Formats: sequence, structure tokens, C-alpha cells
Amino acid sequence: MTTTTCGPSSTAATGSAPAVTGSAPAVTGSAPVAPPGTRERTQRRVRDGLGTSADRPDGTPKVTGAFAFSSDLHDQRMLWGRTLRSPHAHARIVSIDTSAAAAMPGVVAVLLAEDVPGKATFGLEHTDQPVLARDVVRYEGEAVAIVAAEHPETALRAIRAIEVTYEPLPLLTDPAEAATTDPIHPDGNVFRTLPLRHGDVDATGDVVVEGTYEVGMQDQAFLGPESALALPSDDGGVELFISTQWLHVDRDQVAACLALPADQVHLTLGGVGGAFGAREDVSLQVHVCLLALATGRPVKMLYSRAESFLGHVHRHPARMRYRHHARRDGTLVKVEAEILLDGGAYASSSTAVLANAVCFAAGPYRVEAARIDGQVVRTNNPPCGAMRGFGVVQVCFAHEAQMDRLAAALDMDPVELRLHNALKPGDAIITGQRLTGTAPVREVIEAAMAHPLPPDPREDEPAIALPGGAGLTARREDVRRGTGIAVSIKNLMYSEGFDDYSTARVRLETSPDGEPFATVHSACAEVGQGFVTLAQQITRTALGIERVVLHAADTGVGSAGSTSASRQTWMSGGAVQLACDTVHHGLLERARGVLGVPDEPLVLEPGRVVDPATGAEVAIAQLLRAGPLEATEEHHHAPTSTLDADGQGDAHVSFAFAAHRATVDVDPDLGLVRVLQIATGQDVGRALNPRAVIGQIEGGIAQGVGLAVMEEILVEDGLVRNPSFTDYLIPTALDMPSVAATLIEQPEPGAPFGAKGVGEPPTISSTPAVVAAIRDATGKALTRVPVRAQDIAFGEAGAIPPTAGSTSAG
Amino acid sequence: MTDHDATPDLTGPDLSESYALSINGRDREVADAWLGESLLYVLRERLGLPGSKNACEQGECGSCSVMMDGLLVNSCCVLAADAVDADVRTVEGLAPDGTLTDVQQAFLDAGAVQCGFCIPGLIVSVHDLLDRAPQPDELEVREAISGNLCRCTGYGRILQAVQDVAAARTAADAQEDRP
Repeated sequence: MTTTTCGPSSTAATGSAPAVTGSAPAVTGSAPVAPPGTRERTQRRVRDGLGTSADRPDGTPKVTGAFAFSSDLHDQRMLWGRTLRSPHAHARIVSIDTSAAAAMPGVVAVLLAEDVPGKATFGLEHTDQPVLARDVVRYEGEAVAIVAAEHPETALRAIRAIEVTYEPLPLLTDPAEAATTDPIHPDGNVFRTLPLRHGDVDATGDVVVEGTYEVGMQDQAFLGPESALALPSDDGGVELFISTQWLHVDRDQVAACLALPADQVHLTLGGVGGAFGAREDVSLQVHVCLLALATGRPVKMLYSRAESFLGHVHRHPARMRYRHHARRDGTLVKVEAEILLDGGAYASSSTAVLANAVCFAAGPYRVEAARIDGQVVRTNNPPCGAMRGFGVVQVCFAHEAQMDRLAAALDMDPVELRLHNALKPGDAIITGQRLTGTAPVREVIEAAMAHPLPPDPREDEPAIALPGGAGLTARREDVRRGTGIAVSIKNLMYSEGFDDYSTARVRLETSPDGEPFATVHSACAEVGQGFVTLAQQITRTALGIERVVLHAADTGVGSAGSTSASRQTWMSGGAVQLACDTVHHGLLERARGVLGVPDEPLVLEPGRVVDPATGAEVAIAQLLRAGPLEATEEHHHAPTSTLDADGQGDAHVSFAFAAHRATVDVDPDLGLVRVLQIATGQDVGRALNPRAVIGQIEGGIAQGVGLAVMEEILVEDGLVRNPSFTDYLIPTALDMPSVAATLIEQPEPGAPFGAKGVGEPPTISSTPAVVAAIRDATGKALTRVPVRAQDIAFGEAGAIPPTAGSTSAG
Repeated sequence: MTDHDATPDLTGPDLSESYALSINGRDREVADAWLGESLLYVLRERLGLPGSKNACEQGECGSCSVMMDGLLVNSCCVLAADAVDADVRTVEGLAPDGTLTDVQQAFLDAGAVQCGFCIPGLIVSVHDLLDRAPQPDELEVREAISGNLCRCTGYGRILQAVQDVAAARTAADAQEDRP
């Protein structure tokens, strides 16, 4: 095992109070990563190959402003599209009058549900969401009509001129009532019910702790709003430039709704301003294409920030009831949980989110028995779907609070309790699946704990460093400090039998100056994570060349699957590697012919192929005179199974682990919190680009801290109350703690290069760590995130006594 | 959301105003525009300068930051027609084509760029900070860029980049001052 440590190794040195920035990652031991048993000699000599912190190919245009995000696209002839949305959370549409809007100068098209030529609905797993509402609207913000106009202000005025008469319907906003309330959709109100029974479900422990927990609705809040440019194409189809996470699944939904064959719908990735799950579902894709086809002109759509909050799915709010049983020595005996997720009005990826919540309900711990009952339901609240952490964020908040309660009940150190129960290779999780890969749970915990704590507070600290910041509200003497720890397990790739393969095409040829270069064509959506860098690194290392260009990501090549589930390094990275291997093989074949050594094992070195037996060599450029070498390959992960009636099965491909230790300052009377530091250990397999890995860790922690103390979409009677950055707060540079990170590198068997995805784990256990730290500082129970000021100031105390002897299974 | 009580204006915006702006030292004509257009909109959609971004268009995120007569402003909150006599500098005007400023280079070196949507605004904001306060301490940096939201990075590499530039500039100044 190697570890790479970054961050403030000496935070105590300066004492310039809470905010101490992590220094650049200290990249030790960053020897290039070689695929098992191949071409080590070559790879070590290629510049910017695997294992180095190679530069992003899109970095320079992103700092100069030249990079084209989807919202930057412009066409001289383009119209502006705009969406009319329902102001009601549940209502019948009595009538729609578009005559005034259609008559406005500058308005070119006004379209309603009856103008959708193909399938009337879309959806990721179940196509239950109307492209445009026809009879009924089921959430605030549901699309009712779309317009195209010469100027964006005209488009805005036009949607305001559409007269819709609604008849409000009874609201279903409490997820607990969904299963027993009249269906608000023909497909019913329950998206999925998933029971899990593992081991002796009647077992009891010496010590039992229970609790009820809630997670509020978080928003991905990417900065680049939904936007696209659609152009009618000559063949009657449409060309769409779009910021998305998965081009092909968008393509299929657009084609179905437009009644076009898939080959007449061509999608190209427009620059993506962040995603975090919110771009996995269709938002404006169908609308903007409909308008382009209806008008015969290019159409640009761009959501306002308020519209963005209504126009994409959110993280599922959760209500969770937990009971943990343990022996006196701390050994977990059984975990019981009831998990209820609010899926909102339409299905999105709710069924898969629930599976994650149920499978990982016990966290990264060995537990002999489990009884978990999960359900995700339909309501008239905003639709929920994918967000970084995907169902695991919710249960991690609960199981980690439970572990602390258990530690208190056992009078045991919470870190010791976790180490005592930590999963290790060969153990099974509560689905019965054995961990056949790496599982450095102990290592991530110890690494997080090994970082120095932030320096003690100083009397002369500036007010802005106190909880509440520059408002001058907290006084230093009132502030209490706390620390807390949390640990997480996250599945990588899609689960439950889904074959989320990826495709890549690699072409090796010679440029006019005679130098060989490779072109990588992948539909993988670069959303900021750095796949574009990694694709170059892989190709450089695999083919021994430095020049690697990237073809635009589009539907002109096979699917890459979604940029989600921490899967693209493994899946699309693996596809690029496979395509490179085939090209590499073709080079050696040609070299054997040229060198006249049909059976010799040859070696690829930078720029040439060498016969190690004789020293004879031939330049790659010469081998390419016979023409380019090109290969297209698909990469499939190992197959997984579905979950049986008891929630048992080998449903997941691989797992990643992380631990977070949070340190906070709290003013208990005012309920103000300042998060000072997050120390973390993360299981990354291999760090293929250490600088990019650190960026993922710090960014993921920011979103976890946000959920802990500030981020929530407030929904009242189905209506979103805070759809703006004024009222939906995300961490600023003043809110963000310093981060000290240790990468645990244990190559994962079966993973290309041994690398695990790194995007999601930082977001998952950082939230419960922060809340544990606030509990430590205040003694309050804090069973809900985000923690609000009143929860700290007026919330009930958290000293929960053990309820030993309780046996009911609930 | 849609305000159904408002009387819709069925005339559409009047696209008839023409004026000139000074952008990055060049006079730029804006023809047949609506007076309600923001400086951000005009830069992006009329003048071909989309480097300033449009994450919120309500002055909360800083992604549209530009310098206007030497002051850092959110260009989404400035009416373009109000900028007629102002000297406007955008991210596109910071460095000659094909070159990078020290701040831009430091962002790349520190790994501060992920999706990049916030980055042009941050670059403008950091230049402004370091022009005003060449050696900011960390809290000053955090406060100065707290009006620039970033959702990808957690700010760690951005803070690193700012400190790297400040240190390099200080070292360069010391070099110059040496007799």
C-alpha cells in the first residue's frame, strides 16, 4: 500500500485561525501506473502518462474564457426557446389559450402537448413524465408549453401571454401517505418497495439503540444552467448540442418523442458547467428539438437559475427509522431500518436510488443480520433522482448517527467501535455479497484520524473567522469546538444486472509533419471531472506517443454510459485502454512483417517498435505508412445479478470506502456553525492523476458540508420557496473548511489500472462527520440535515440511553 | 415563476436602440438592441464575448464578473446602456491572444479548474484582489472571492493558486528591488 498525503500537514504552525488551506498535494510515489504485466519500459518514458498530474486539455480555454459551454453556443439565425411551467403542484388543466402569445410580433412558435409527434412521455427507467403536460400537472414547474421567439425577452413575454386555466387538485405532499392515497398518476404512487432480510433476522443484541433521521432535499446546484442549441438537419432530423451526462440515453428519448429514427438525431456534447447527477434526466432536450423542427431554424434554450431549480431532479429527501443491536464488546449483531424516500412527481432513477439506500443501509461494517424495508414513492413534490452519492448519502447520515449512539451506549470510543466492525476483504455486506476486491476500511479510518487537528482558537482571531462570520454575532467565549467521524461505503458502476458498458475508438496515424498521433473518440460526458485528461494519459501510456487529440464527444460513436456512479474512469477508461491495446497489437503485427520476424515478441517503445532479441527496430511513423490503425472496442464490467425477494444477491461491481473527521466551532446559543477542517482517508485504488483526485475529494467534501449545515430546497405544499442562490445557499470560500486528505492506494483487482472511481465517496461521509462534530460540541441530538440554527439552539439533547433488551423487530 | 396576475405586454421588446461600448480598449457598436439588455447579455450575445458566464443572472454567483472603470461588478446587474461611457474589461481582455496571465497559469498549475464555469469570473476577481492587496492573508482571499461561487472544487486549489501568484509576485518584486 502506498499513501499520498496532501493538505495542511502543519496546520498548527501558523495559527492564522480556522481557515488554513491545504497545500498542493504532495505527490509522492507517483510512478506511472502500468497495466498488469505489460510494457512497463515504455510507459515509464512517456511524458504525461498515467500516474502523473497531467494538465487538462481544456484547461487553457477554460481560464481564458474561450471554452464553449452549451450556453455559449450561438447561431446568427437562432431563435430563443422558453418554457411555460405550472405554478401549481397538482392541478387539472382546464384550458390553454395560446392565441395572444402566438400573435405577438417576434413569436415564431407556440407548442403544446398535442404538438409532440412521437411518444408523449420520457424517463430514465420508466417513461412516466409528459414532455408537455396535457390534462394534469403533478409538480410545480412541470412544463406546459414552449415557445420560440426572436429575442429572449419576447419569449418570456410570450409565455406570460399564454392563458392556462387550472383547477387545483388535492395535494399529496407527505410521502408517508403516498402508498395509501389515491394514485396521482396512472402508474400508481409507489415506485418501488424493497425488503432486505439477511442472517437471523430475529437475533437481538445486548445493547440496542434506535433513532429516527431525516435528510432534506438537496440540489446539485451546478453553475452552468441547462442550455442547448438545436439545429434542424437536412435529412429532416435534428442536431443537438447539449450539456448532459449521457448523450445516448438523451438521444434515444429525444428520438422517441420526436418520432424520428435514432440516426436522424445527432447529439454532440456542449461544454458542461457541472452536473452532479442533475443532467442525467432529460430537461430541455426534447423541447428545444421540437422547437427547431417546428420552426425550421436553430433554437437556443437557456434556463434561468430559478427555472433550473424547478427544471431538474433533486436528491431524494429521506425519513429513516433505525435500530442497531450489538454485543457488549461492540460487535454488531443486527441492523434494522425502515427507509422512506420521497421521489416526487415522476420516477426518474428512483428505483435505483432506493436499491443503493437499502443495500448500504448498514454502512461499511460487518453485521450478522439485517432487516431493512425500503420504499420510494410518488408525491406532488419536485421530482428527485440522481445526485452524487445516489441513495447512500441518506442512509450514511443515519447509520453513522446510530454508530455514535451505540458508542455512547457502550461507553466506547466511536472510532474504536467502527474499527471493531470495519469490513475487510472477504467479508459480506448485508446483501450477502462478499467483498472480493480491496476493502481498506480500517486504513481510511486510521488515515483520517492521523491528520493533525486544526490549531486551537486564538483570542485575537478576526470576527470573520467565528461562527456566523462577519455578522459579528458570535463571541469567542461562547464558541465550543467539536469533532466527529463518519465512514462510508459506495458502489461503483451501475448495479442489479445492468450492463452499463462503454465504447471507445482510437485511431493512430501520422500528421503532416511525420509525427504519429492518436485520436480518441468517446461519448463520455466530460462534466469537469477530468476524463478528457485521463483519456489522453491512458493513450499516451498505452501507445508510447505524446500527441493525443480528442474527438468531440457525440453520438457518432457507441455509448459510453453515464458520467455518474463514479464509473467513467473504470468504464470509459477501460474502453480507451482496450481500443489502444488493439491498435498496439496491429502495430506489432505490421512490425513483424517489416522486420521479417513473424514469431518474435516485439516491444513498443516511444516512437518505435523494437525486437529485443536482435535490437532491430522500426519507427511507428513508418509502420503507419500503410495507413492509419483504428480500433473500436466496448468495455463491459463483470456482470452483476439482481436482488432476490430478500434483497440478497451479488448486485454490485465494486466498492469504494472513505472516512471523514470533521472539526467545527459552534455558538450553541445562536445555533451558528463554522466547519474548520475535514480530514479524510479515501480508498482510490490507484491515483491515475493525483492532482485531479484531490480536486474531486475537496469538491465532494464541499457538497457534503453544504448538506450538513446549509443546503435545502424548501418545499411548502409542493411549492419550492427558495429557487435562487440568494435563498438556496451553497458553500462559499468563507464557508469551506480546510481539507487534509490521504489517498489509500490498493489496486483493485479487475479494475483497469487498479483505479476506483473517486467522485462520490467524499460527498457521502463528510455530512455525518460534520453533524457528529456539532453533536460533540453541543450535546444536541441533531437527527436531521441540514442542521438549522434552531436545531442547535432549541433542539432536544442527544444523550440517548441504550434500550437494552428491546427485541421487537419494528 | 410565471406571474399570472401581470398584464402581459403583447408588444415585445423594442429592439431599436443603438449605442457604443468600450470593451477591452476597443469601441464596439451595439445596434438595434433592447434597452433592457444587461451588459452580460450584450457581451455574450451581441459582441461575441461569452467568456463572462451566466450562472445566476441575479448578482449572486460572480460568474459574470467584469471590471467597469476599475471596479469589479457583476455584469448581469448592469444595464448595457448604462455602461456607455465606461471602460469595460472582461476576461477576454486580460492577456493578449495566445498568452496567459500569471493568475490564469497558476489556476492551471494548481489544479483549480474542473468544469470551469466559475473560472473566468474568479480570474477577473483574483486579478482585482491582487491589484488591490498584493499580499493577502488567507482570510482576505477567502473573503475576496466569497462572491464567486464554485460548485466543483471546494475552493482548495483556487486558494492555492492565489497564494502561489501572490508569492511569485512578491519574489519577483524582491528580485527587482535588489541592488
